Amino acid sequence: MESALVEEIVSKFEGSSPRASIDHPAANVPADLLTSVAQWLRDAKGFDMLMDVTSIDFSEDASPRFTGVYHFANSMKHEYVRIAADCLDDVEPELPSLSKIYPAADWHERENFDLMGIKYQGHPDMRRILMWEAYPYHPLRKEFPLAGIETELPAADVAEATQAKVIAAPMMGGPFHSPQTGAMSKREPRAADESWTEAKPKPKN
Amino acid sequence: MATENNYAYNSKIEGDLVVTKLDSAINWIRKHSVWPMPMGLACCAIELMAVGASRFDISRFGMEVMRFSPRQADCMIVSGTVTYKMAEVVRRIYDQMAEPKWVVAMGACASTGGMYRSYAVLQGVDRIVPVDVYISGCPPRPEALLDGMIKLQDKIQREPSVKNLMNRDMHQAPEKKSTPATAHA
Ligand code: SF4
Repeated sequence: MESALVEEIVSKFEGSSPRASIDHPAANVPADLLTSVAQWLRDAKGFDMLMDVTSIDFSEDASPRFTGVYHFANSMKHEYVRIAADCLDDVEPELPSLSKIYPAADWHERENFDLMGIKYQGHPDMRRILMWEAYPYHPLRKEFPLAGIETELPAADVAEATQAKVIAAPMMGGPFHSPQTGAMSKREPRAADESWTEAKPKPKN
Repeated sequence: MATENNYAYNSKIEGDLVVTKLDSAINWIRKHSVWPMPMGLACCAIELMAVGASRFDISRFGMEVMRFSPRQADCMIVSGTVTYKMAEVVRRIYDQMAEPKWVVAMGACASTGGMYRSYAVLQGVDRIVPVDVYISGCPPRPEALLDGMIKLQDKIQREPSVKNLMNRDMHQAPEKKSTPATAHA
């Protein structure tokens, strides 16, 4: 998308390039310039709000594998801009933290760390935010199955007393959803394909 | 009370006297003063609140005293999605409740994990606590919860409470108790 702002970013920050986008102006910037870009957007361009911090896993064999994506908003002019930065390391991805410039980045970056495994350098409190601290995986990575991987419960004493584990959820017939119409009694979440269960394996076609 | 008819009682002869079994009397008292612990974890808790309010009025069954302290409650109503991270808390609160205690799994999530077949959700709260009554629905109607609680009352009425009381080892540490699956056998 053509935009004066993107042109300005590209000319001002070396290594930046316009990014394909169907809605808002977007630019790719090198990871080491991310903080300066954010600082400039906030102080010189009036992007006073960090709307979202997300990331993309392009697959295990892609390189660069992980890309951090940031959405900034200018609340006075109603403008948005999307900034993306590739992580240099595919195995232990890292990005600079924006939490000093935008305090809103704090929890967003913790969520990205938790679910995608990107470490944010300079973050004041780089802990998991949704899964428990000892959880061994990053569940939104491409290689992680939706059902999960068997592991231990967070509390050892509860696990011992109950013999319960974190299990791979039974996915038979999934996805699961509640039909939105019909009698209340028929609106329980049910499998889209009920032809197979844990006892009766999926028919091979 | 079901046993009333089993015993002939003539007030002219016997005066102010009621004959019954100790079990029936204890159970009758217990079932009409259930103290729920509202373990509201997700959307089902909204229906639980409706049950507590005037329209559906759980106080008709003597259960309106919802306590947020497990020490003062004897029936945990698990209403909502139990994540693995929360499972620890649910189990600890269950352990802190005084005996005798019951658990109601309200809704699809608490009963089986519901539509959340995912890495983060406990697939049924019966994996960590013994469940007495399962209530279907997503969410169950308040009437369904009331129906479940009436089923629980029936179940309480059938319990051998005196035997349970005698068999109980008061000095046993909580973590060495029988496994959850047999705690109410
Ligand atoms: S059973 Fe349905 S309504 Fe109840 S907590 Fe689960 S998703 Fe929400």
